[in-house]
Amino acid sequence: MLEAHPSVDRIPILRVGKALVVSIQVDLSDQMAMALQDDLTRKIVSTGARGVLIDISALDLVDSFIGRMLSNIAAIARVLDAVTVVVGMRPQVAITLVELGLKLTGIRTALDADRGLEIINRALSEQDSDGADG
Amino acid sequence: MAQGDFDVLAGLIERNEPTLRDEWMAALRSAGALRTGQFSDTELAQQTRSFMRELRAGVSSGTIDIEDEAWITMRQLLGDISRSRALQGYSPTETAMFVFSLKEPMFALIRSELARDAESMGNVVWGATQLIDRLGLYTTELYQKERDDVIARQGRELLELSTPVVQLWAKILALPLIGTLDSERTQIVMERLLESIVEAGAEIAIIDISGVPTVDTLVAQHLIKTISAARLMGADCIISGIRPQIAQTIVHLGLDLDVVSKATMADAFALALRRTGQTVNMIGSAGRHA
Repeated sequence: MLEAHPSVDRIPILRVGKALVVSIQVDLSDQMAMALQDDLTRKIVSTGARGVLIDISALDLVDSFIGRMLSNIAAIARVLDAVTVVVGMRPQVAITLVELGLKLTGIRTALDADRGLEIINRALSEQDSDGADG
Repeated sequence: MAQGDFDVLAGLIERNEPTLRDEWMAALRSAGALRTGQFSDTELAQQTRSFMRELRAGVSSGTIDIEDEAWITMRQLLGDISRSRALQGYSPTETAMFVFSLKEPMFALIRSELARDAESMGNVVWGATQLIDRLGLYTTELYQKERDDVIARQGRELLELSTPVVQLWAKILALPLIGTLDSERTQIVMERLLESIVEAGAEIAIIDISGVPTVDTLVAQHLIKTISAARLMGADCIISGIRPQIAQTIVHLGLDLDVVSKATMADAFALALRRTGQTVNMIGSAGRHA
């Protein structure tokens, strides 16, 4: 039974340097999105991660719930002081989110994972130098 | 019209076809069918010949319902005729006259042939007039449909033409908007822009609105949507080419585009280069350093 298998209904969260990388490679079900929100929140706190990269390049369908969840996940990460970058959004997904009125305010976006990591690294080094000054 | 009358009419047409066609051609010529010079006399003769053939076949089938199976080749013929006239810019009247000008020679023929039988003449005339009216109306209808198609196609082409996405430099796209932004166009512009962002790996898109005649709340709404969607994909937008009146309108309407705007495309391009960490050098100075 696919549904019963624990690894299938959870999105893996990888640690890469100071950042956590979440790559959503399947169509996100509501339960998976909820689980991801819990897992990611816990993981940010436990690892003290400073950046979160969410790759949604494989996502080609979003409904209002998933849109809202993505927005929430990214906002939670930001509250926990992690620079959040959503990368690889497809044109159709972007149009859908805009039509739904979700602008992911305060969340950074990038075209691909490479540029996303660059944004995180730059933001972290800026924060560090600000801290050094103050 | 009874079956007997159909036979009479079919027989009449068959026996007198050359005369009928000559008179019809004469009527067409005097009505100015050849005036525009787009059809030659031979082409017109060809069309009338085919028409007479189909008319004879149709009438002998015993029905004047031109939607009937028996009239299918006639419908195709009229389709070709009205299509070619619609494309060559004939007026609806000129197109319909092709069929209607057959009335006069046809009635003259019926009158001379059936002069002794008033009742039969009445029936046949009534049948013939109904038939020619239907054929004429059908032609006009087709003509109208063809014109509508032409207009729809031009509309689509205009839409295609008016929304180009241009790559200005590495990571920089430009979207010169020309004409009014309605919902349909915004959708197309948005899709084009987002697809081009992915293809070109662009980080900045310059939306130039010098060609947009007016900006009202709806247009602004559409612009905001496009900008938000581009931002979601990781590309920033810069708006350029805001004309004085439009700047005033935007402020008076209290619109917040929430985006960097520059006066000209050149300024926007300079900013885009700076943001993406690129420069453009004079060849001369580059040459000296090399």
